[in-house]
Amino acid sequence: MIQYILRRLLQIIPVFIGTTLLVYFMVFALPGDPIRALFGDRPPSEAVIAQLRQQYNLDQPFWVQYGLFLKNLFTFNLGVDFTGQPIAASLGRIFPVTVMLAVEALIIQTVFGVTFGLIAGLRKGKFFDATVLVASLVVIAIPTFVLGFVLQLLIGVQLGWAKPTVGANADWGNLILPATVLGLVSFAYVLRLTRASVVENMNADYVRTATAKGLSRPRVVVTHILRNSMIPVITYLGASLGGLMGGAIVTESIFNVPGVGQKLFQAVIRSEGPTVVAIVSVLVLVFVIANLLVDLLYAWLDPRIRYEN
Amino acid sequence: MTTSDVRISEAGVADTPLLEIRDLAISFKTGSGEVQAVRNAHLTIMPGETVAIVGESGSGKSTTALAAIGLLPANGRVSGGQILLDGEDISHASEKRMIELRGNTIGMVPQDPMSNLNPVWKIGYQVKETLRANGRPSGPADVAKVLAEAGLPDAERRAKQYPHEFSGGMRQRALIAIGLSCQPRLLIADEPTSALDVTVQRQILDHLEKMTSELGTSVLLITHDLGLAAERADKVVVMYRGNVVEAGPSLELLQNPQHPYTQRLVASAPSLASRRIQVAKELGVETDELLAPSSSAGGAVVVEPTKTEDVLQIQNLRKVFKLRSGFGKSTDFAAVDDVSFSVKRGTTTAIVGESGSGKSTVAQMVLNLLQPTSGKIVFDGVDTSTLNSKQIFAFRRRVQPIFQDPYGSLDPMYNIFRTIEEPLRTHKIGDKASREKKVRELLDQVALPQSTMQRYPNELSGGQRQRVAIARALALDPEVIICDEAVSALDVLVQAQVLNLLAELQSRLGLTYLFITHDLAVVRQIADHVCVMEKGKLVETGSTDDVFDAPQKDYTKALLHAIPGARLMLPPEVA
Repeated sequence: MIQYILRRLLQIIPVFIGTTLLVYFMVFALPGDPIRALFGDRPPSEAVIAQLRQQYNLDQPFWVQYGLFLKNLFTFNLGVDFTGQPIAASLGRIFPVTVMLAVEALIIQTVFGVTFGLIAGLRKGKFFDATVLVASLVVIAIPTFVLGFVLQLLIGVQLGWAKPTVGANADWGNLILPATVLGLVSFAYVLRLTRASVVENMNADYVRTATAKGLSRPRVVVTHILRNSMIPVITYLGASLGGLMGGAIVTESIFNVPGVGQKLFQAVIRSEGPTVVAIVSVLVLVFVIANLLVDLLYAWLDPRIRYEN
Repeated sequence: MTTSDVRISEAGVADTPLLEIRDLAISFKTGSGEVQAVRNAHLTIMPGETVAIVGESGSGKSTTALAAIGLLPANGRVSGGQILLDGEDISHASEKRMIELRGNTIGMVPQDPMSNLNPVWKIGYQVKETLRANGRPSGPADVAKVLAEAGLPDAERRAKQYPHEFSGGMRQRALIAIGLSCQPRLLIADEPTSALDVTVQRQILDHLEKMTSELGTSVLLITHDLGLAAERADKVVVMYRGNVVEAGPSLELLQNPQHPYTQRLVASAPSLASRRIQVAKELGVETDELLAPSSSAGGAVVVEPTKTEDVLQIQNLRKVFKLRSGFGKSTDFAAVDDVSFSVKRGTTTAIVGESGSGKSTVAQMVLNLLQPTSGKIVFDGVDTSTLNSKQIFAFRRRVQPIFQDPYGSLDPMYNIFRTIEEPLRTHKIGDKASREKKVRELLDQVALPQSTMQRYPNELSGGQRQRVAIARALALDPEVIICDEAVSALDVLVQAQVLNLLAELQSRLGLTYLFITHDLAVVRQIADHVCVMEKGKLVETGSTDDVFDAPQKDYTKALLHAIPGARLMLPPEVA
């Protein structure tokens, strides 16, 4: 088991180098000059530009730039971005916000997705089931930016139940609206996955046997139907965590959340290689570790799965 | 002896029955309206008595039993009659009342040990929750005691394991432990051993019998096996298409069956006494008559005695699997160890053994689906290991398989025409019109209507599907057919029909069969030669009569002894 975990952790190294190299190259290959773009219509003197280029190593060939980036990374020096801010400091500001947003979204989609999915599955073919299925389809079909603006206007502005935008001071309370929007799409998938899984397990022989043993209905549902149905759902949830963290660009923009998505978007627009790669590196780590956790959780949930060497 | 006559109890002379089912009707709601699954079922179980319901799948035997414990599927309901438990009608009892009764008054041992234990909970927990739900002490010691009583060795340690770490027999013991853990007065045992090897089956049933007689538990045994029912039960109730057609004391019913269905059931019970199926040379003979045992002189008859050439020779066949034992180490496991035998053209050779004996591995190697570690398989004079891919393709045309599970081996998305036509298309035989003609002929050969072509596997019964599988195997006019447990999944009457069909096809087409089975009774009916395998080795081989009448090895004797009903004396006109 420990060997398995170690091997998985070692696998992070090639994945990490591969992804950063790829992302660094893509930023490098972007058309346009990032330094000139910084100054807009009033270009500074050539001397200033040359000096800035040298400062950010932009005058070096690609491999040297990437090598310097790796070297800095391993000495925990992420450098400064084009506005002169240390990148490490801004990562320290934006990541907690996004983690908060993603975790809140994850909780919302899990609690509601599993609950509704379980009830729908148990009442397969009844009114509740049909309604929930259609509603979840609608949620999947509507793009995030539509859903985001509609909820912002309806709940944030007209009803005034939640703050329509987040602003600088993000906390659990004022992130509720963006977290709901972010969680809604995955919520629909979690619901459908749970429902399908419950429907399948509900008719399993061991469920009938559990009933024959004299267990009460709630006990049968929780220990035998729900427990077994969670296996595919957990896998999906773990995989969606990475998506929630990195894929919140639209939601973060709509609700003005100072998080990873917004920062990443700005950095891409400005061709700020080091910032983009720094953010992506952390996201890669989040993805890989989330997947490892899912695999471990999977083995815990389903004792038939054992990781060998 | 706890047997008490049915009529006495019905007249109210004897003590009150524990369970009495009166005029029970059960219907299912389906897409095409209500379907009656059980009509006017009646049976009586006295305290301490064992009653068996016998019938084929779809006869309503399981449905009747499930109604007694309130576990009918969601679309089923009791539409008439009464289920009296100790005088209380529970046919429409509330769910609350049923939860009270389940476990400590009515226990259940389900059919399939593989699917009836929840794979994600430890065995101990699944026992513990039963004890707890019925208000009994449920500490680790109590759990271990319950498991030990069901004959599980080393119960304390075993309780900490998961179902997948148990063998089939062990799981069934765990399920028996669960069913009896709260000492119910009535135990419903639904085909409790049909998924197990005969020798394991015998041990489990012996143990169940011992436990229930010690506890004084009444048992409602559901089975498709008449021999087993007669051997284990005081009374037998025969169900056919939802009706109870006959009921009475076991031996009496077996020796003097009244209803035509029971008579057929008794006649086709693959008992030890039956002889090899003889194919009537004249056409137009009723299939049931063909099947009638001892319709001609005894003794195995080779269908075409002129054919004596060996079509298959297996020489010193060996297959070693590497078992991983952690940390990069592996141990060798010889699944098949130095097996040699030969198969004469036009005859049937059976390989028998329990699960894990290596019989299916032999079949896979003969089919060239698995490479032997050493040894040779010579087909028609050619060593099959020397064939190149093109020759293997040609070889496959001459050697075809029929597999065990007619539900799993047909593609559900292919209609029957496409299923049977596929091998012809793969081997580029004929054009569209000639292939269609061939499929029609094949369906005729296996006695299926030509209209079957447009249907899909899920619309057919198990027996019909196995006929389709046979037609598919015959499509390429093979010389050898490997039947891997080809009739094990079928009901006894359907099994008899399929065996009969195979025998008829053999005599007509000169086919050679290699028959892999765990069922010795089937061997008796179909095989000319028998190879008995145990733990990868060939322990005994000889003609069917020699092996059955004078088994040499203890293992063969144990196998023969374990056949349900083997100890029963059948009347001469049946046996």
